[in-house]
Amino acid sequence: MVVKKNMNWIERLYLPAIFQGLIITLKHFFKPKVTIKYPEQTRPISPVYRGLHVLKRDEKGAERCTACGLCAVACPAEAITMVAEERKVGEEALYREEKYAKTYKINMLRCIFCGLCEEACPKEAIYLTDRILPANLTRETFMFDKEKLLEKKDSPVDISKRTKGSKWI
Amino acid sequence: MASIGGLDLGFVLEKLLLVLAVFGFTLGVAMYATLAERKFAAFFQDRIGPDRAGPFGLFQPLADGLKFFFKEEFIPKQADRFLFILGPAIAMTAACMTTAVIPWGDQIQIADFDFSLLFAFGVVSIGVYGIMIGGWASNNKFSLLSTIRASSQMISYEIAMGLSLIALVLVTGSLNIKEIVMQQSQGWHILSQPLGFLIFLICSFAETNRVPFDLAECETELVGGYHTEYSSMKLGFYLFAEYINLFVASAMISSLYFGGFNLPFAHLFPHSLWIGIGVFVIKIFLVMFFFIWVRWTIPRFRYDQLMGLGWKILMPLSLLNLFGTAVVLLMKG
Repeated sequence: MVVKKNMNWIERLYLPAIFQGLIITLKHFFKPKVTIKYPEQTRPISPVYRGLHVLKRDEKGAERCTACGLCAVACPAEAITMVAEERKVGEEALYREEKYAKTYKINMLRCIFCGLCEEACPKEAIYLTDRILPANLTRETFMFDKEKLLEKKDSPVDISKRTKGSKWI
Repeated sequence: MASIGGLDLGFVLEKLLLVLAVFGFTLGVAMYATLAERKFAAFFQDRIGPDRAGPFGLFQPLADGLKFFFKEEFIPKQADRFLFILGPAIAMTAACMTTAVIPWGDQIQIADFDFSLLFAFGVVSIGVYGIMIGGWASNNKFSLLSTIRASSQMISYEIAMGLSLIALVLVTGSLNIKEIVMQQSQGWHILSQPLGFLIFLICSFAETNRVPFDLAECETELVGGYHTEYSSMKLGFYLFAEYINLFVASAMISSLYFGGFNLPFAHLFPHSLWIGIGVFVIKIFLVMFFFIWVRWTIPRFRYDQLMGLGWKILMPLSLLNLFGTAVVLLMKG
């Protein structure tokens, strides 16, 4: 029940209440600020942050993925599709096993970044990283193919923070 | 000394320089008051405010001004063209004219005459016409509503303000602002007129159209306010005039009630003139900070509450203050 409380003479003056309010705002004036100056500063993220995926290469630079499809099966959002292909003679430097993924696509608009693909992968090929999925204007740009997912030979993606001490990966 | 038509040339030159200095200082302060408002608003809300333009966002007012100049100049078809342009011009001119009677030191004042207090408040009330004409000429119902609010608010609060000033004039026995300031070397008038000061302070919030009495601008009810139809530098003039008014109101409060350029024992130092100006400027800035502080603390009054406060509380209080002051003065003889 709403009770209508009549204000007494002091309260009707409003001045004590205004004074209280002024003290509160002055306290906030000297408080540390919560703003993060974004381009220069970024919000600190957890070492096991699940960001953009990467398809790793092995020590010799060959692709680890064998297109077994376990990640696609494990994916609860059904974001991963791939087409497998047999490795030809002479391609040993490119692909580690006899089978490889000809195309490997992740629909980033479906992906929920749960990390189950990473757990399902028997070949330690796919990992989530601390990189953040960039924003974009068109839907097509969120269909990440092998060109975007596969790590470059000369600039490997660091996943040590995420994998260190982990029981599962 | 050379003279033209009976006018002392040195005197004219001195006054011209003073006018330029005071005008420049006023505009500079008003310019940076916009930045201070935004910065302090941010601080009161645990943010850091504009910091991209220059170090600590110091060039932000320049960027804002430049933006105003490059905006499209739009005059509504159904608006009265002449009055539409006249509105912001009056607001700006009236705001700037008041600075003429602010005393900066014993000898430093653009115009030192016997009824300067009356002049200041006469000019301030002309400022209402800037808002009224602007809102009327826009030919927009929201602007008109805002104009009605602004003018009724200003007229209501001018009564209480005038009555509290009359009590002050009773104490000082002078309408000359400089003389009122000089008298306060013995003690500030806030000590002899505490209630009058409180009423004057509340009314200056209403006169400068600032929160909690900024009913003339209300995005939620009136789209924008009296300047809904304005764009480009004409809108800039309105907003700028508001900050000049803020500066003038702060200068008035600090010179009428806080002793202006007076500082105890200042005459013992060699450069007491500059110390006086410095003290006055610091007092003005403190009062301006208080205005900004209040703005980011209290919500806007409702229209009937505003009128109730003005007519039912402040006017009787100021009458009481006037009566009490008169009785005390009579008892003293």
